[in-house]
Amino acid sequence: MKRRQYLIGALSLAVAFVVFVIPFIFVFLNAAKTAAESATLDFSWPREWRFWQNLVEVVQARDYMLLLAYFNSTVITVGAIALMVVSGAMVGYLLQRRRTPWNRIIYGFVLAGLIIPPAVVPTIWLLQQIGLFKSITGMIFIQCAYGLGFTVLLYRAFIATIPRDLDEAAIIDGAKPWQVFFKVILPLLKPVTVTVIVVQSITIFNDFTHPLYYLPGAENVTVQLTLYNFQSQFVSQMNLLFMNILLVTVPPLIVFVFFNRQIVAGMTSGAVKG
Amino acid sequence: MNLPTGRQAGSAPSHGRGSTAATQAPAKRRGSPYPYWFVLPAGAIFGIFFLAPTLASFYFALTAWDLFSIRFIGFDNFVQFFREPFLMQGLVNTLLFASITSAAKTVLGLLIAVLLTSGIFAQGLLRSIVFFPVLVSTIGIGLMFAELMHPTEGAINLALAAIGIDGPGWLTNPSLALFSVAMVDIWRGVGLATLIYIAGLSTIAQDYYEAARIDGATRWQQFWRVTVPLVRPATTTVVILSLIGGLRLFDLIWAMTRGGPGFSSDVLASVIYKQYQAGFYGLSTAGNVILFLLIGLIILPLAWWFNRKEVEQ
Amino acid sequence: MKTRLILSTALVSGLAPAAFAQELTILSDSSPDTVATFEALTAAYTAQNPDVSFSIETRPGGSEGDNLVKTRLATGEMADLFIYNSGSLLQALRPDRTLLPIDDIENYGQINEAYLSTVQGADGATYGVPLETAQGGGIYYHKPSYEELGLEIPMTWDQFMANNAAISDQTDKAPIAQSYRDTWTSQLFVLADFYNVLQAVPDFPEKFTANEAKFANTPAAAKGFERLQEAFEAGYFNADFGAATYDDGLRMVATGEAVHYPMLTFAVGAFQQNHPDLMEDVGFFAQPGDDLEANGLTVWMPASLYSPRDTEHPEIVRDFMNFVASPAGCDAITEAIGVTGPYLIEGCELPAEVPGMVADMMPYFDEEGRTAPALEFLSPVKGPSLEQITVEVGSGIRDAASAAALYDQDVEKLARQLGLPGW
Repeated sequence: MKRRQYLIGALSLAVAFVVFVIPFIFVFLNAAKTAAESATLDFSWPREWRFWQNLVEVVQARDYMLLLAYFNSTVITVGAIALMVVSGAMVGYLLQRRRTPWNRIIYGFVLAGLIIPPAVVPTIWLLQQIGLFKSITGMIFIQCAYGLGFTVLLYRAFIATIPRDLDEAAIIDGAKPWQVFFKVILPLLKPVTVTVIVVQSITIFNDFTHPLYYLPGAENVTVQLTLYNFQSQFVSQMNLLFMNILLVTVPPLIVFVFFNRQIVAGMTSGAVKG
Repeated sequence: MNLPTGRQAGSAPSHGRGSTAATQAPAKRRGSPYPYWFVLPAGAIFGIFFLAPTLASFYFALTAWDLFSIRFIGFDNFVQFFREPFLMQGLVNTLLFASITSAAKTVLGLLIAVLLTSGIFAQGLLRSIVFFPVLVSTIGIGLMFAELMHPTEGAINLALAAIGIDGPGWLTNPSLALFSVAMVDIWRGVGLATLIYIAGLSTIAQDYYEAARIDGATRWQQFWRVTVPLVRPATTTVVILSLIGGLRLFDLIWAMTRGGPGFSSDVLASVIYKQYQAGFYGLSTAGNVILFLLIGLIILPLAWWFNRKEVEQ
Repeated sequence: MKTRLILSTALVSGLAPAAFAQELTILSDSSPDTVATFEALTAAYTAQNPDVSFSIETRPGGSEGDNLVKTRLATGEMADLFIYNSGSLLQALRPDRTLLPIDDIENYGQINEAYLSTVQGADGATYGVPLETAQGGGIYYHKPSYEELGLEIPMTWDQFMANNAAISDQTDKAPIAQSYRDTWTSQLFVLADFYNVLQAVPDFPEKFTANEAKFANTPAAAKGFERLQEAFEAGYFNADFGAATYDDGLRMVATGEAVHYPMLTFAVGAFQQNHPDLMEDVGFFAQPGDDLEANGLTVWMPASLYSPRDTEHPEIVRDFMNFVASPAGCDAITEAIGVTGPYLIEGCELPAEVPGMVADMMPYFDEEGRTAPALEFLSPVKGPSLEQITVEVGSGIRDAASAAALYDQDVEKLARQLGLPGW
């Protein structure tokens, strides 16, 4: 590495630190302050560290609302992803393996799902008709429907790398189509499945708009809704608001540390495919 | 997941066709090994929860609708939408916001990606730092910057004051609010653009650069003549992804300004939500229809244009 | 609870064989004051009627809460009793189709008549009883600053602006606090001016409802927007008016950072909670108009208690509402949350000691003709975008004339969506 590259690297690091890291440090410092001290919003070292007390206070706020929110968000995320993985992989498999005019239509729907914004009010009406409005179950189906396009594309691309000989061998051995898929293909999809899980869990966990529309009511809060609602509740307690932002930032940070490679793979898959 | 374009688009179909020919006859008798019912689970979920409401919206957009009653009123909602200055402003702002953010993400993303593939010090760490905001909750980012941008007490203006600059009301000045939110959106999204460009750059063979150097091309010429044309698939993705994201954006605006001050940072998605809140379900749905027509009208021709360019090359 | 119930039912059953233990549900908003009110009222009622008990659930406030109430009514899942606004917002619930009429309760005649007209449906039946006290919309002021500068309570708008000029010249305090991060707080100068509008154009509400009068072509009605514009242009607002919150506004006028804060008198509770030591530093006066002789207060009717038409316990509901509309009901409320204003039930007394800011609004109610209801209690039409429009005027984005015209358009949109005749 040349001297020049060191210099540019160090300079870039300094700029990146100011632009991208300092805002998070600001949140962290303010999350550790007293209410009075954080009210001034300045960038200073806390005079008195109240990190733990603030944490406890946020968690206990409104009858442990935050814990309920984490629980709800987890249920929605896990449920939606489980549905998405199985049903999405089946479509990706079919799209890649069986080439007929129908493919174009299915593919068109997949792209529509990626591009078109959901029609929210009619969806609410529909959810009310089938009794799923304001229910976690309804939210799981919604998140699954909205994430399917992305999932199908990833699976289709990955399945193209799995030789057909494998399916054919299984068929000759007398396996039924569903057995071929669930016993032979699905286990081979593990790498892309990890990518789907990681990327979609971040998307669903961070989603604010759809729970706002489809999950009103105190018993159905999700993590992002709680954060938004606490904004008005903690109006004179900025420290708690910042603590809450911090708590919402931590899960993606952990996922990022452990699944960096899968996230990058998932998020850039469009780049080379176009 | 780094699948080079060629392998997937080019070889997979021919491979497929070859082997189906061999198994066609027995497959017919037993039914295909790839039965259509495999679409059913996904198709049912997608059809009920996405497609049906989308189709229904074309009817509901033509009604005056609240929870207690529904009346067919033809195109009145659309007339209303285009007549009301603040609904129109939402439309204009949406276009402005989407073009600013996608242009900035494309340009900055490419420049940062070139920088972060040039073998500088701490390259990997830098990539992670730039990318991390992509994963953070938008609401969290919005609330964080709303505090940082407070006109009198916010850290940004305090920092500016320390070097003698009188900072503006980032979110309270009506002619600035939309741009401040756009800046935060670029801050949040540039990492994804960078990442996509890095993946794209890695597919460009070094031979091109060597050939260019032998021809005596400067670094600048290399960038314009080699990098920019060859990284086009990545550009397509970045432009289209950020346009879709920018046109649909709701959560960041809502967390930072709720469309304010007044209507100055309202975008279509926030207008739709406000009409919903006011109980004007028909009008809200009309806004939704306008939004997806707008997205279709922008994205489809653009995707077609990008694809044609690619084929020409 | 349960044991007590069984016990008391057993006791009662000896005397009145038909009594059964009944539990009613109540949907409250989530403000601590409302919950405390319901707890006090239900406890008092259960003490008299041991076979009736209640369970209270809460809902969020604001438009999210509005939506929730509408949804539950439309789907038949409403609690037996619930709290909701009176006036134009009530009309959106379609009371004549969804709510239980209560004209036949015993204390009906004791309820203030002006109030009753705000809880009646298109069919003329009455659907609610007042759950709180009447509110005024006017201007809170910082008393020590007034004393220091030797200022008088303004009786006209010009006097008010002269006071502001004095504050601006002689101190570095903000003459007027504004808090546009909570956009709803920006509407006060316009809404609280309505007493003055009515003095000039007494039939404005009827004509407005019938689409014959507009804000833009009624000079007296457009004045509220002009006043807001004037105050902005004079530079009287706090520096961070665009980013300040409702709580900031209360703090500023309580501590004297700002000297005036236009607000509804329901802020009494918030002052009490946030600044108990500074309560007596804050006073209140009505928003003055142009006429020295006609000075009065714009009044907001309290939120009311309603019941859905399909409740399973219509008799108990009516009896409970009758209790709320009685002096015993008022006393239970006063004991729970203190005094916030005058009651609308004949025979309800206020305690001798009330906070200064509440005492300041009493004279308006005591004298004939010094109060008038806000427009939303006289007309079912209220545009949903007023708060954004007033933020624009108060931030200098839009002038008063075009704001009045824009608000007329907003109202027209609502009227069309409601399908009102004549629009």
